[in-house]
Amino acid sequence: MSHEVLQVIWFALWGLLWAIYFGLDGFDLGSGMLAGIFRKDEEQRHLIGALAPIWDGNEVWVITAGGVTFAAFPKLYATMFSSLYVPLFLILFGLMFRAVAIEFYHHMDYDRAWQRIWGWVLSVASLIVALLFGVAFGNIFQGMLLDAQGYHGTILSLLNPYGLLTGVLFVVAFLMNGATWLAHKAPDDGLRAKAHTFAARIWPVVLVVAAGWLVYTPFATNLMGNFLKVPVLFLVPALAVVMLVLTWVYLQKGNHLFSLLAGSLTVGLTVIAGVIGLFPNMFPSKLDPAYSLTAFNSSSSQYTLQFMFIVVLVFLPFVLLYQVWAYKLFGRKGTGSEVEHY
Amino acid sequence: MTMLSRIQFALTVGFHFVFVPLSIGLILFTAIMETLYVRTGDPKYKTLTKFWGRLFTINFLLGVVTGVAMEFQFGTNWSRYSEFMGDIFGSPLAVEALMAFFLESTMLGIWIFGWNKLSKKMHLLAGWLVAIGTHLSAVWIIVANGFMQNPVGYVLRNNRAELVNFWEVLFNPYAWYTYVHTIFACYSVGAFFVLAVAAYHLLRRRNVDMMKASLRIATVFAIIATLGNAITGHFNGQNVALRQPTKFAAMEGVWEGGQGVGFPLFAIPDSANERNAVEVGVIPGLTSFMAFNSTDAHVPGLKDFPVDERPPVGLTFWSFRVMVGLGVLMLVLAALAWWHNRKGTLMERTTLLKFLLWSIPIPYIATNLGWMVAEVGRQPWTVYGLITTADSVSPVALADVVISLGLVVIFYAILVGLDIYLLVRYAKAGPEAMDERQAAVAD
Repeated sequence: MSHEVLQVIWFALWGLLWAIYFGLDGFDLGSGMLAGIFRKDEEQRHLIGALAPIWDGNEVWVITAGGVTFAAFPKLYATMFSSLYVPLFLILFGLMFRAVAIEFYHHMDYDRAWQRIWGWVLSVASLIVALLFGVAFGNIFQGMLLDAQGYHGTILSLLNPYGLLTGVLFVVAFLMNGATWLAHKAPDDGLRAKAHTFAARIWPVVLVVAAGWLVYTPFATNLMGNFLKVPVLFLVPALAVVMLVLTWVYLQKGNHLFSLLAGSLTVGLTVIAGVIGLFPNMFPSKLDPAYSLTAFNSSSSQYTLQFMFIVVLVFLPFVLLYQVWAYKLFGRKGTGSEVEHY
Repeated sequence: MTMLSRIQFALTVGFHFVFVPLSIGLILFTAIMETLYVRTGDPKYKTLTKFWGRLFTINFLLGVVTGVAMEFQFGTNWSRYSEFMGDIFGSPLAVEALMAFFLESTMLGIWIFGWNKLSKKMHLLAGWLVAIGTHLSAVWIIVANGFMQNPVGYVLRNNRAELVNFWEVLFNPYAWYTYVHTIFACYSVGAFFVLAVAAYHLLRRRNVDMMKASLRIATVFAIIATLGNAITGHFNGQNVALRQPTKFAAMEGVWEGGQGVGFPLFAIPDSANERNAVEVGVIPGLTSFMAFNSTDAHVPGLKDFPVDERPPVGLTFWSFRVMVGLGVLMLVLAALAWWHNRKGTLMERTTLLKFLLWSIPIPYIATNLGWMVAEVGRQPWTVYGLITTADSVSPVALADVVISLGLVVIFYAILVGLDIYLLVRYAKAGPEAMDERQAAVAD
């Protein structure tokens, strides 16, 4: 395969990995945030119990997305991570605290006071991760303050209206998915009803924020260009909208699993739509397009891309296979207290 | 700036390397316990599997989060290195995620929460897959590190190192000498952890049956690990002599190169004056023999290299010396414990048991010193002979690094504190307390 073809394939894989990550980890980040809302002892225990067996597997997707960025687009990796130094460190601490909170929550089940602390830590850390990832992607969609001297922004310049709106979109969508997961896994009708009500209340909020984001995007970014060139691509954001509607339809039917699936697909498809709009940019410069990092100017050598592609083709099916197995074991309806089987 | 990023990275890796070896050692031990349970059906081994397994999971998580921190820092703090090396260095990291991380983390969830959902054999399989995952993960990270120590399979093109032969990178001899040596080190950390916990209970005459069963296996484990370390350490050293002459010279305190270099029983290097301030009991030709199997082989000295290409000599020299000394101490302790346990006199040897209890930090210190020898000894290079540490650092604001370093220190201090607190609590409570607790939760 030619270098260009490989670069396009890797661009697609890069986008796909982020989409899978946000689709999967989105709902457990959402559940994590909900730990601050569902605070009653039993509720919180079931919530974190539902989260405990699956969060780790979900989060490996972000390590993979990072590793793949490093391997396939080292220049992008270097520029992106050093430019976004502060937000990435905050995300890193969020991810770390979240992991520690979930794990220590059940290692410290002898002490309710500690568990309450971990519940709060989980909630706040999940919120930070969701919000800042949204802000980071919003800014990438919008373009960065990048020129020959490097990156010129600060954390404050990242917190612009469009970046923040994308962050809020991530947060509310994840909360919705977290709530449907909790409703699906709730072991009793009381908690299920509560989670269901929460999901039903946040859905219209997601709809409003998503609509605002869709309207704002063409003004704030250059993402529309590719869609106007190849109009059939509009199917992707359209499908995301359909999925958001289906989330509501299944929620009304009380089918929380399908509601969650539709909600996760909404998130995944939204990310894919954004990435399609970016192509071939990966880290566009707002100051001068000449300094934008693209799939073509920041990739690894042809040999590395080719080799890594084979590796992905061989290993990804296995990963999917045993992750599906894990979900089959722990995804069953109404079994939210896995922690007891520790 | 470079110094701050180095401190930050050293801290991150150092802590990572506190948690990971125990994880690797303990999961193997746990998997062996569960295998014994499945084969004998003896419920004692099931209790032990859960006991050691819980101590493993407390610790494993911290290995994971400190590992994520490392991945981030390549980009945040060492962006110029990442740009120069990503073509080669990124691949093993990505393969590690795809091949090992997914396996470990997914299977660990299944293993922890699947006791009542899986057949005994499937559950055991999940446990072994976690163990295999942790070992594979170490392969890829050491392959990546191996390139930094001994670059192979690349060309310099487009202002960066580009991969031309992945297999050469994978089968880099430097990486495999290091790998085997490191894995044995991880086993000694795991084995001494088990020995210490067992000694604690035996000293108090609690859970004697179970702790003796654990100790019996752990002593064998410890002897194999420490002996293995000595043997692989020797070959590792020869490999260093061959491929990183400056590191070898610093490890051995050789200033004047030449044929038939002697080995001083005691020496104190003095970098300022480019000599050893003290040198006692020099055995002629021994250093040459250890490096190249011949008493009159030529060993380059530090003075053969420009000052700015030499690693910090004192740190490398002493780290190496103390590591070897601690290794010998561990071997003696393990052998004594094995012998007295075999004779049935271990319970009376309270001094030995106390020694074992307090020996917990020894393998940790030894592994971290070994890592210092490997990484400090490679300085001033990030990739030996290709790119220096000073050229690797990110062009980010000083304040950002200061703040993130501060946060790393605070956060890691909290992590280590909690880790120790929980490990001590559950280790002291013992396996039977866990059974009771579980019964209480189930009610």
